[in-house]
Amino acid sequence: MGQNGRMAAETDRGTDLLVADLEAAIGSERVAVGGGARRLYSRDSSIIAGGRAGPVCFAESTDDVAACVRVATAHGRAFVARGAGTGLSGGAVPCNEPVVIVTTRMNRILEVDLDRRLAWVEPWVVNLDLTRHLAGSGLHFAPDPSSQQACTIGGNVANNSGGPHCLAYGVTSAHVVALEVVLPDGSVVVLGDELCDATGYDLRGVFVGSEGTFGIATRIAVRLTPDPPAVRTLLLDFMDIADAAETVSAIIAAGVVPAAMEMMDQGVVAAVEPFVGAGYPLDAAAVLIVELDGLPAGVSLEVDLVAEMGRAHGARTVRVAADEEERARIWKGRKNAFGAIAHIKPGYYLHDTVVPRTRLAEVVAEINEAVERLDLIVMHVFHAGDGNLHPLLVFDPREPGVMDRVAAAGEEIVRISLAAGGVLSGEHGIGLEKRRFMPMLFTPADLAAQLRLRRAFDTQGLANPLKILPTSASCGDVMGLGTVPEGVWT
Amino acid sequence: MERFRDEVGADGAVCVRGGGTRWTLGMSPYVEADEGPEVRVVTAPQGIQKHDPAEMTVMVGAGTALTDLAAALSLHGQEVALEGPPGSTVGGTLAVGHSSVRRPRIGAARDTLLQAECVGADGALFKAGGPTVKNVTGYDLCRLLVGSLGTLALLGRVILRTRPVPEQTIWMTGGLLPSDVLAACYRPAGVLWDGTSTFVRLEGYSSDVRDEAQSLALLGLSGVDGPPSLPMHRDRWRGTLPAGGVLEVSTGVLHRPDPAPAAPVAPAVRALADRVRAGFDPRGRLNPGRDPYLVTA
Ligand SMILES: Cc1cc2nc3c(=O)[nH]c(=O)nc-3n(C[C@H](O)[C@H](O)[C@H](O)COP(=O)(O)OP(=O)(O)OC[C@H]3O[C@@H](n4cnc5c(N)ncnc54)[C@H](O)[C@@H]3O)c2cc1C
Repeated sequence: MGQNGRMAAETDRGTDLLVADLEAAIGSERVAVGGGARRLYSRDSSIIAGGRAGPVCFAESTDDVAACVRVATAHGRAFVARGAGTGLSGGAVPCNEPVVIVTTRMNRILEVDLDRRLAWVEPWVVNLDLTRHLAGSGLHFAPDPSSQQACTIGGNVANNSGGPHCLAYGVTSAHVVALEVVLPDGSVVVLGDELCDATGYDLRGVFVGSEGTFGIATRIAVRLTPDPPAVRTLLLDFMDIADAAETVSAIIAAGVVPAAMEMMDQGVVAAVEPFVGAGYPLDAAAVLIVELDGLPAGVSLEVDLVAEMGRAHGARTVRVAADEEERARIWKGRKNAFGAIAHIKPGYYLHDTVVPRTRLAEVVAEINEAVERLDLIVMHVFHAGDGNLHPLLVFDPREPGVMDRVAAAGEEIVRISLAAGGVLSGEHGIGLEKRRFMPMLFTPADLAAQLRLRRAFDTQGLANPLKILPTSASCGDVMGLGTVPEGVWT
Repeated sequence: MERFRDEVGADGAVCVRGGGTRWTLGMSPYVEADEGPEVRVVTAPQGIQKHDPAEMTVMVGAGTALTDLAAALSLHGQEVALEGPPGSTVGGTLAVGHSSVRRPRIGAARDTLLQAECVGADGALFKAGGPTVKNVTGYDLCRLLVGSLGTLALLGRVILRTRPVPEQTIWMTGGLLPSDVLAACYRPAGVLWDGTSTFVRLEGYSSDVRDEAQSLALLGLSGVDGPPSLPMHRDRWRGTLPAGGVLEVSTGVLHRPDPAPAAPVAPAVRALADRVRAGFDPRGRLNPGRDPYLVTA
């Protein structure tokens, strides 16, 4: 006992001093050390359980964030930024009781410049709130993750999030021009530039997608996109998912880049249709939503072309939404897919890989086979236009041994995607979930280059450690997916 | 790639030469070598390895001339968002990182690079990014390499995002203010202003271009063969247009006849950049005389 007991006591004393310094820095009412807050912030929306939060700090300003970072690192304690916790790869899951810096109160839209098509926001502005704020201005914020009602722009920046309309408009990185960042040494810098590319290295570009391991974004300048003058939405359905996939490739190869191109398989349609009444045919093997936007003449050309491509590749019906109401209904099904699926089984695990779009059909078939062998259910709802798969495993976490099979299925999905020339993640990030797979895609030299960049930002290794890059160190009680006690997603 | 790796080797200062079109941007790679040890000049592999039109990607040696790449892609009605003076190579254009005047429509040079196989300062090959058009696996090292003037690693072979060539392209000009032109059309490919006239590039389907051209004609703009010739130095917009200057309105890039000094860099940013450079090239052997922070825009 002696040794361990003494260590525990020292750690507790260390934590007391840490908490005292945090309270002195931002006020005791904004530092929570109780079990409730620490439990609340111990997980995100991934299936990863077992995280352990240290003191939870509610920052209200850049100065607060910088003060918390300085105090944490002065105590040799790690820190992790927290957005809305909708992340799916465990990026916000705290490892080994770090200081959790919650930005909930930094939720102001600071400035909107319609002429320059630019807005400065604080990190906890919810993605959809910005677009709602802009309604009627003729501009919007283009990245539209399916979680946009809940996720924050800070989280979008950290994960370089995507969404259906990122096919034509690009993912978050293409829409972030500048960032105010608290670096892991507590200094505050602005990366990027409001107008042109900043001089020198694109440090803005590497910060986007760094999952909180390069520091904390405290103010974000985003580019606003003009609303398209014309938008048309098509719903195509197929009796064979391979035909749907070939239609996708044919559209791209013909030189049409739709605003969005989303696919759902029969399993998803069966789950969604009863709830939403989107008009998806229940007997189809796959439905494809194609949205075209731009100037009216070009859009109507493209509508004809896409319809023709679909029919040439075996589409059974091609429906063009007649009005805004029908268009909204078609999208409602897609956007509520995850919520609807939660009704099938209590647990689900949403995966995310990218494959060359010409190989979508064979990869989906292989994944289905592999998952069936493991006696699990998988369905697909994904960004077909850029080959971004989202295999969705549904299961009952109370079933003994099921989590081992879920973990095995996840590994199969990764293996199949990589064998097809794909990558580990298209938008959810690596976090804790996929760091052990990194060596399947990258050589030690590739990973060493990534670590060099990380060390330049985070010299002490205290900014959201253990995420992204594989290390031998473990994240406290998080044991890997196989031991996750129960499905989440409430 | 192996030949290129061996040429770079693990020791001694090296610089990589593309088309030599912007050889002294961010200082000459030779500068320090004038007094110090010799700087070896290496060239990256050439040739188009694989164009995959349905994926909208192309794999190409960094030493390939942009014109050769453009010719090959155009066979399938595609292009890349990279532009440079005659003789520019793919690698040189990425290392410089300047975007096309068409950026508002076709995207930035830095968004073009999907994967890079490089030789690092230790003489070993490493890969940044991945082959797919969408990817958030690990850090976005490709963004770091674009515009780095070869100071972090030397580009050998790359995968680039391609895009469809627009069906039609026209330039128009007139006395309307740039903001009025921007308000009158939807996502023009580029808007330039020389202090007197605005130039706008429209591209897309012929029918769309015709419709927008008609409405701009009503506002007094007329067709013109091309953009004004751009003076040779680049700067960033600082609120006034110098004599002979031409501004890229949406991106704030200012083309001017006389050189302007680089904008000052905040010390904390500079310190971070220095750590990045030292991390990738601790012995300072890659393009030793060059400094991306001396490039004005
Ligand atoms: C139902 C559902 C649907 C989804 N659909 C999509 C989708 O279509 N596309 C997509 O890309 N994602 C999707 N996601 C994933 C998730 O919503 C995104 O990753 C989102 O951007 C995370 O934002 P958040 O605010 O919840 O961040 P969190 O989960 O709180 O944090 C995510 C990461 O960002 C870091 N972070 C948070 N704030 C900051 C900051 N200010 N500075 C630095 N780092 C910070 C955290 O440390 C963590 O590593 C979905 C999630 C759900 C639950």
